[in-house]
Amino acid sequence: MTLFGYRVPMMASLLVWCVIWEIVGRSGAMFLVPPLSHVLVAAVALVQTGTWQAAALTTLNSFLIGMVFAIVVGVAIGVLMGRSVTADNLLGIWVNIFVSAPLSALVPVLMILFGMGETTVVVTVFLFAVWIIVLDTRAGVQGVPNSLIEMGRSYGASRATLYGKIILLAALPEILAGIRLGVVRGVKGVVIGQLLVSIIGYGELFELYSRNFDMENFWALTIILFAAAMGLSALIESIEKRVDYYAGVR
Amino acid sequence: MRNITAEAATAATKTAGAEIAVEVRGICKMYNEVEALRSIDLDFPAGKLTTLLGPSGCGKTTLLKIIAGLIPATSGEIRVNGKTVTGPGPERAFVFQDFALMPWATVMRNVAFGLELKGMGKDERQAIAAKYIAEVGLSGFENKFPHELSGGMRQRVGLARAFAVNADVLLLDEPFSAVDEQNRRKFQEDLLELVEKEKKTFIFVTHSIEEAVYCSDRIVILSRRPGRIAQIIEPEIDRSASPDAIRRDQGYLDTVEEIWQGLKHYVD
Amino acid sequence: MAFPAQANGSPRAVRSSEGSFFWRKLSEHRTALWRTASIGLFFLAWEIAGRIPISFAFPTFLETLDAFIRMTLDGSFLAAYAQTLQPLVIGIAISAVIGVGLGIVMGLSRFAEWLIAPVFVVLQAAPMAALIPLITFVYGIGLVSKTLAVIMLALPVIALNGYKAVRNANPSLVAMCYSFQGSWWQRIVKIIIPDASPVIFAGLRLGLAAGFIGVILAELLITPTGIGDLITYHRSVADYPEMYAAVVSIILVSTLTLAALEAFELRVLRPEKRRS
Repeated sequence: MTLFGYRVPMMASLLVWCVIWEIVGRSGAMFLVPPLSHVLVAAVALVQTGTWQAAALTTLNSFLIGMVFAIVVGVAIGVLMGRSVTADNLLGIWVNIFVSAPLSALVPVLMILFGMGETTVVVTVFLFAVWIIVLDTRAGVQGVPNSLIEMGRSYGASRATLYGKIILLAALPEILAGIRLGVVRGVKGVVIGQLLVSIIGYGELFELYSRNFDMENFWALTIILFAAAMGLSALIESIEKRVDYYAGVR
Repeated sequence: MRNITAEAATAATKTAGAEIAVEVRGICKMYNEVEALRSIDLDFPAGKLTTLLGPSGCGKTTLLKIIAGLIPATSGEIRVNGKTVTGPGPERAFVFQDFALMPWATVMRNVAFGLELKGMGKDERQAIAAKYIAEVGLSGFENKFPHELSGGMRQRVGLARAFAVNADVLLLDEPFSAVDEQNRRKFQEDLLELVEKEKKTFIFVTHSIEEAVYCSDRIVILSRRPGRIAQIIEPEIDRSASPDAIRRDQGYLDTVEEIWQGLKHYVD
Repeated sequence: MAFPAQANGSPRAVRSSEGSFFWRKLSEHRTALWRTASIGLFFLAWEIAGRIPISFAFPTFLETLDAFIRMTLDGSFLAAYAQTLQPLVIGIAISAVIGVGLGIVMGLSRFAEWLIAPVFVVLQAAPMAALIPLITFVYGIGLVSKTLAVIMLALPVIALNGYKAVRNANPSLVAMCYSFQGSWWQRIVKIIIPDASPVIFAGLRLGLAAGFIGVILAELLITPTGIGDLITYHRSVADYPEMYAAVVSIILVSTLTLAALEAFELRVLRPEKRRS
C-alpha cells in the first residue's frame, strides 16, 4: 500500500494492531487482554527465568528431534513414491488421508503408547510434519524432467550420483517448500502435544499461567511462541528463495 | 507491392483517400524508465486489415492495447471514428493472445459475454451469439466448455465473441500464436473470408512474416525498442486467387523476403 | 487380499495382454484395486502388530473393528457425533461467511489487504491451539467455546485462500471484461469471483480440516463431550479397542467429508478438470 506517495510495507499494519491492542488493554474492557506494553515487559522478565529457559529447551528439543525425523523420513518416502509406481500406489492413499486428518485425535493414543513424556511430543511433531514433506517431495521428484535423468544416465552417473546430484537437487525447491510447511505444522504439533500431555515444557507453563489467571505471562508466552514460529518459517523461506531461481527453468 | 517510408506514411494514407477508422497521434509509452514506444503516428484505413509486425519486445502488443484502451499511453492520442479514446469502447473489440475464455462457461456463454455485460436479454444475445458461432465454424459446439476444444477452436470462440458485439474495429493480439501450424493456416484462410464478409477494420499483431503478408492489406513494421515505425508495406496480392495459389505467388514470396531482409539485423 | 496385489504387481504385463477380456477388466479398475491392496496391507500390518503385541495398549485390527461395529450399532457413535459435529458445522459456517467475505475484500482493496492480511498470515503460521485454554475462561465449557476453537483454527486459512484467489484472478480475463466495458461490479461478480471460486472452495476444505483438529482439541482439552469424550473415557477404563475405534472413526469421518467436498469441487467448480 502507498500512503502520501510512500510505500508502506505489508507487515507494518501489525503495528496498527499492536496500538489497538494497547488501547484495548489500557481501557480494561477485557480482563483477558492486558496492555501490550505490560505483556512485553512480562516477556522480557520471563525469558530471564529458569523455568522459562528450561521449558523452552524442552520444547525446542522435542521439536528439533521430531522435525529431523520428519524431514529424513519424509524426504525418503517422498523420493520413493516419486520414483516407484508401486510405492506411490500403496502409500499414496495413506499419506493423503493423514495430511489432512485431525491428528489431534491420535495424541491420546500416542500418550498410552509412548507415555506421558517427551517421546509423545516428539512423535506428535513427527506425525504433524511428515506427511506434507512426503507429498511435496513426491511432487518435486515427479516434476524432475525425464531428460535431466536421461542426461545423467547417458553421462554414466551411478545410482547414488543420480539421486544425490540430480534428482534431489532438481526437486530441492519443492522439498524446501514442504519442509517449510512441515515446520509450521510441527510447531502446531509441539504445542498441541504439550498441551494435551500438559506436564512438560511450554504446555505446562500455559496450563500454569492460565489456571492462575496470570494473563500477562500467558500472552508473553504466546507472543514469544508466535514470534518463534514466524521466525522459523521466514528463515526457511529465505533459504527457499536462494534456490528459487532454478525452480522455473528446470 | 508498395513500399511507403516512415516519414511519408501519414501523408501517403491521406492521399490514398480511404476513410480512416483509427488515428494514432504521437503515442509514446514509458514503462518506468524503459521506453517502449516513441512518438508513433499511424492511420488505419477503414475496412482493411492492417498488421503490426516486428521483433519481440518492439511494443506492438503495447500499441494494440493502447488503441484498445486497456493501457494508457504516456503521451499522445488515439482517435477512433474521430472520437478520442479514454478507455475501452463499444466500437472496438479485442481478441486475446491467450483466448481469455472463461473456463466455467460454455462456448455459447463465452461468445455472448460481451452482450451479457451490456445487459442484453438472454434470448436475444444467444440468437446473435449462435449466428457468429456458426460463422466461425463452431456450430454444434455451443454447449461445450473451452477445455473440450482445441487451441484453434478456442480462438474461434474468441473471434466470435469479438464479432458478436458488432464493433467497427477488431483488435487481434497475436491470435494464432497459441494455435498449432496446420490449424493456423486454415484459420488464416477463414479469417480472410470473414474480413471480406464483415467489412470491418482489423488491426492485427503478429511476429510471423508469412502470416502478415498472407493476411494483410497493409503491414506496419516496428523497429526494436523503443518501438518506432520502420517501414510500411502494402502487399499487392490478388486475394481472389486460391489460398494455395497465393502462397506460391511471386509477389507474396518477394514481399516475405523483403521484410525478412529488413528485419534480419534485429535478430541477435 | 493377495490376489489383487498380484494382479497389479506388473502393470506392464497387464498392458501387453490386452487381448484378454479378464486383464482388460482388471486394468480398468486398477486404481480401485491398488486402493484395496493398500488398505488391506495396512490392516494386515496392524493385525500382526497387535498380535505380537507391540504394546499392551495396542489392540489388533479385528478387535478394533469389532468395537467399531459394536459402537456403531449401539448408537454411541451417533450420540457422540451429534455433539461433535454441531460446533464444527456452526464454526465452519461462521468462518466461511467471515473468511470468504474478508478474503474477497482483502483481494479487492489494497488498503484492506495491507491492514488485515498480515494478521491472518501470522494467525495461520502460528500455533493457535495455544489460545484454546483461554477461551474456556470467557465462554466456559459449552458449545460457544467449542465453536470458537473451530473458528480460531479454520478462519485464517479460509480468509487467506479467499484473499489469494481473488488477488490472483486471471488478469487476462479481467482485461477481457474491461475491454468489453464491463462495470466494476460486473467484473467482480462475473469474472473475479467465479474465477476465484475453486481456490476459495479449496480454502473451505482446508478450513474444515483445521476445524476438525480444533473441535477434537476442544473436546480433549476443555470439555469431555462427543467423540473426544469417547476417546478419553475408554482410555481411562483401558478399553483400548473402543478407544482406537473412536480415533479411527473421527479420522474416517473427516477423510470422507473432505473427499466428498473435493469430489463436489471437481464436479461443479472445475469443468475444465472434469473427465468428459
